[in-house]
Amino acid sequence: MTKNVTAKDSNTSTIIDLETRNVNKHYGDFTAVDNVSLQIEKGSFFSILGPSGCGKTTLLRMIAGFDEPDSGDILIQSNSMLGVPANKRPANMVFQHLALFPMMSVADNVAYGLKQRKVNPAEISKRVKNALESVDLGDSGKKKISQLSGGQKQRIAIARCLVLEPKLLLLDEPLGALDLKLREHMKVELKQMQSRVGTTFIYITHDQSEALVMSNKVAVMNNGAFEQVGTPSDLYYHPETSFVAGFVGDANRWKAKVTQVDHVRCTTQVANGPALRGKITGTKPIAVGDDVDVFVRPEAIKIIQGEDKPQESDNSLQCRVVDLLFNGANSAALLEDIATGKELHVALPQTGEYIGLQKGESLTIAWSQDQTHCFSARSKSTSK
Amino acid sequence: MKSLKFKKILLTLPLISATLFAGTSSYADELRLLTWGGYAPDDVIKLFKEETGIDVKVTKSNNEDMISKLRATGGSGFDLAQPSQDRVTGAQENHDIYKPMDLSKIEAGSFITSMLDATKANTTLKDNVYSVPHIWGTSGLVLNTKTAGMVKDYTDLCSKDLMGKVSYRLKRPTLIGFAFAMGLDPFAAYADKEKYTELMSKVEAKLVECKPVVKTYWTGGDALLNLLRSGEVTAAMAWDTGGWKLNKENKDITFVAPKSGALGWIDTFTIPRKGKNDEAAYKWINFVMKPEIAAKITAAAGNFTASKGADAFADDVLKAQFQSSFPQAALDNVKWYPPVPAGLEEIEGKVLDRVKAAK
Amino acid sequence: MKQHTSIFFWLLLAPFALWLILLVIIPHIDMLGIALREQTAPREYAFSFKNFIEFFTEPLYWRTFMRTAVMSILATALTLLIAFPVSYYIAKMLRGRSKSFLFLLCLIPFWVSELVRTYGWMILLRETGVISNALQWAGLVSGPVELLYNDAAIMVGLVYTSMLFMVVPLVTVLESLDDDIIEASYDLGGNMWTTMRQIVIPHAMPGIVSGCIIVFMMTLGNYLTPNLLGGKDSLWFTEQIYTQFITRFNWELGSAFGILLLLLSSLIVWLGLKLSRQTLTSTMT
Repeated sequence: MTKNVTAKDSNTSTIIDLETRNVNKHYGDFTAVDNVSLQIEKGSFFSILGPSGCGKTTLLRMIAGFDEPDSGDILIQSNSMLGVPANKRPANMVFQHLALFPMMSVADNVAYGLKQRKVNPAEISKRVKNALESVDLGDSGKKKISQLSGGQKQRIAIARCLVLEPKLLLLDEPLGALDLKLREHMKVELKQMQSRVGTTFIYITHDQSEALVMSNKVAVMNNGAFEQVGTPSDLYYHPETSFVAGFVGDANRWKAKVTQVDHVRCTTQVANGPALRGKITGTKPIAVGDDVDVFVRPEAIKIIQGEDKPQESDNSLQCRVVDLLFNGANSAALLEDIATGKELHVALPQTGEYIGLQKGESLTIAWSQDQTHCFSARSKSTSK
Repeated sequence: MKSLKFKKILLTLPLISATLFAGTSSYADELRLLTWGGYAPDDVIKLFKEETGIDVKVTKSNNEDMISKLRATGGSGFDLAQPSQDRVTGAQENHDIYKPMDLSKIEAGSFITSMLDATKANTTLKDNVYSVPHIWGTSGLVLNTKTAGMVKDYTDLCSKDLMGKVSYRLKRPTLIGFAFAMGLDPFAAYADKEKYTELMSKVEAKLVECKPVVKTYWTGGDALLNLLRSGEVTAAMAWDTGGWKLNKENKDITFVAPKSGALGWIDTFTIPRKGKNDEAAYKWINFVMKPEIAAKITAAAGNFTASKGADAFADDVLKAQFQSSFPQAALDNVKWYPPVPAGLEEIEGKVLDRVKAAK
Repeated sequence: MKQHTSIFFWLLLAPFALWLILLVIIPHIDMLGIALREQTAPREYAFSFKNFIEFFTEPLYWRTFMRTAVMSILATALTLLIAFPVSYYIAKMLRGRSKSFLFLLCLIPFWVSELVRTYGWMILLRETGVISNALQWAGLVSGPVELLYNDAAIMVGLVYTSMLFMVVPLVTVLESLDDDIIEASYDLGGNMWTTMRQIVIPHAMPGIVSGCIIVFMMTLGNYLTPNLLGGKDSLWFTEQIYTQFITRFNWELGSAFGILLLLLSSLIVWLGLKLSRQTLTSTMT
């Protein structure tokens, strides 16, 4: 999916704000960032999603200028940033713990970057006032940082960067420290703020819901490399690797061996378990005898009640209800495959039809082959 | 700041316990001796213990320190002290730190009579005798005769040829020595403060004039010996024993009696006012004055004692060194310190301060 | 119940109060008493301001006093200048083992007494010492050089003796500064200089001030180092006090000097706090 096209040769009118070309970073034997190339269009909200230790923070720090890549190039609006120190790059960062300056007032925090640029004082106070008003903190300029609430601090950290009108705003999991309710609120606020100011946001997180809700595009990162880059719905509905399928959204997963391949479909056998039929998914080919990961999303599984029978082509299992997890619209049932004891999550739409479900009850579940994704179990990085 | 306070507590705790125990640790069979380094060698202490069963606890000190220590405690904490004879009456008059000596308990026969009489005379205050003599010696010049052979008297230490190679102390012996070398007689002026002040101001001018030549004013004997040994200093004003000690290592370095006369001192036995074991003190005095014991002390301290007949036991090298440093004329020319009247030290102190501050 | 708490409180307070009264307050009152008297005849004393007048009329004492204060301030400033980069390096640049190693390195000299440390410097700096010999061996100088017995040697000794007491509070305070905050300053366009001046130093101010107070007090009250390394021109006020007490037997003047030194150090510390806009409490926490 790497398109080695720079903004210059591009025929389209879209401007590429950030491009990385084959960026590598090693710490001793450990490869933190492995040959990452990407392009981010101006004005987009781009997220890098991955588990901790996947290299996303290293990548962000290289973009910000705190680390230099071992090889490869980083370009901001087609200008190479190699050798350009952090304080000279047109990118600003919102830190994980915000890193507001506790020794200064709120207004001084916002004015800090402008002062470094030797903007004249009258201009500074005007722009600081506007920046504070734009985050609804117009009258907090004289306050100390410690007098602000968590959400207000968040907004000041962003205002402090945006007042400099950077080309890129880098956000390093800034919502991590907030409580759940505020985090949900800030997700929406951030997304709205981004579309209002139009600055390119690069957001890194390990929280898939943050990435999916806010972004135009998400890159899923694992072991230093990008697994897949796409829109949130692409990632959810068309995962290209088993890692993406497992990491983005919830999924039930089996390890199995391919027994039969038929064009785009295959039949697999779970060791000591059921035979499952599904779609061959991902970028890697699958042959008979290969190990595969089989995924099915909780909401793709139907519970068969009463006299209904599963369709012939569907996969089906006999299960027992282990637990019912009521969570409003996100309610689920925890089931157990009677034959193998494997636990499965099944979504329970709150339409009323499943209200009678009881713990310990036996039932049949079924799901279509098209909703069953089979990925080659060889990981992407080792297949190179 | 808190940790600093804590440290202070830690530091003061042993101090408190030390003071608490110091008061209780005086037993009948212990002699607490306040003396100079080398005056109570271990073998002598061992012999004394064998003969009398008395332990000797030694605290090393010097003249000023002895007076300060005894003054701070009002004369307690020690059973026997050894200040120089010229520093006894002044300190006694001002601070009342000694008790008169019971001469009947002293075996006068073991002392060189002339020395005993002189010391008794010098340490008499209001008809009470406070001290008897123990060890005597001189201070003069310690020279590297190869490179500083031209130094004959204290004032020669100002020679520009010796730039940066000279050291002496900023203490009263230096003032007295320079005064004699300048042809003045400070001892004659002792009784007249005004005259003495005038005399000292001349000495002050001379010392200020000499200051650029001086490498450093030495404070510790060992530090001076190191300076001479390494050759960093080639001419110094110091004690005879220091010169003789270095002479054993390097033939070029020796003690020279200055032309105007070496300054002679006698260290005494004097009993602190609140001494708790006078009996042991007298026993120690009589013990160490025995010729063979006195010779052991001479060997350790490098100086001769007031013990009659100890010469016979003394080390031949030391005797030879003494004779080479002190031909008869030089010995006759030794200026013995008379008792210092109270108040002179203040005059001297200011002179020394001003010399030190001079640029 | 209240009765019990207050008994407990007093029991806890007692050792501290005893210490304060016995070892701090009483000796100082006693010292003030001695300072305010004059010997009129042997063993006779009368109330007098003579000792204080003497201090203000004798230029030597004044000069020594001022010299000590100025040199102490200079030594404190030098210690800060050297200790700050060292502390910054230890606190911010190093991690794990090398960090504790370097910190230990700063600590090692303090395992021996001050006297031994000072003698160590004498061995290095003296005319026949290590540095002089090394310079001759390298052909940089033709003859022996005397590096000892001057004010520079005193400074070296004082700074060396004080280093740890500056490094410890600085490392502590710098470690409490998040790396993020320094990076944020760079990210917003700050350079090394502005980051130091506007972020690191304001944050480290309590540590700087407490380190300076400790070092200044220690230097002002130091006796050994100026005396041994300073040589013939070394004038230090504590030496004056020592001389008055021990060699001149002039406890009266010595006590007066002691009181004046206490006032001087308190005054300078107060001025330092005022100038740096810190309070004593903020520097202690």
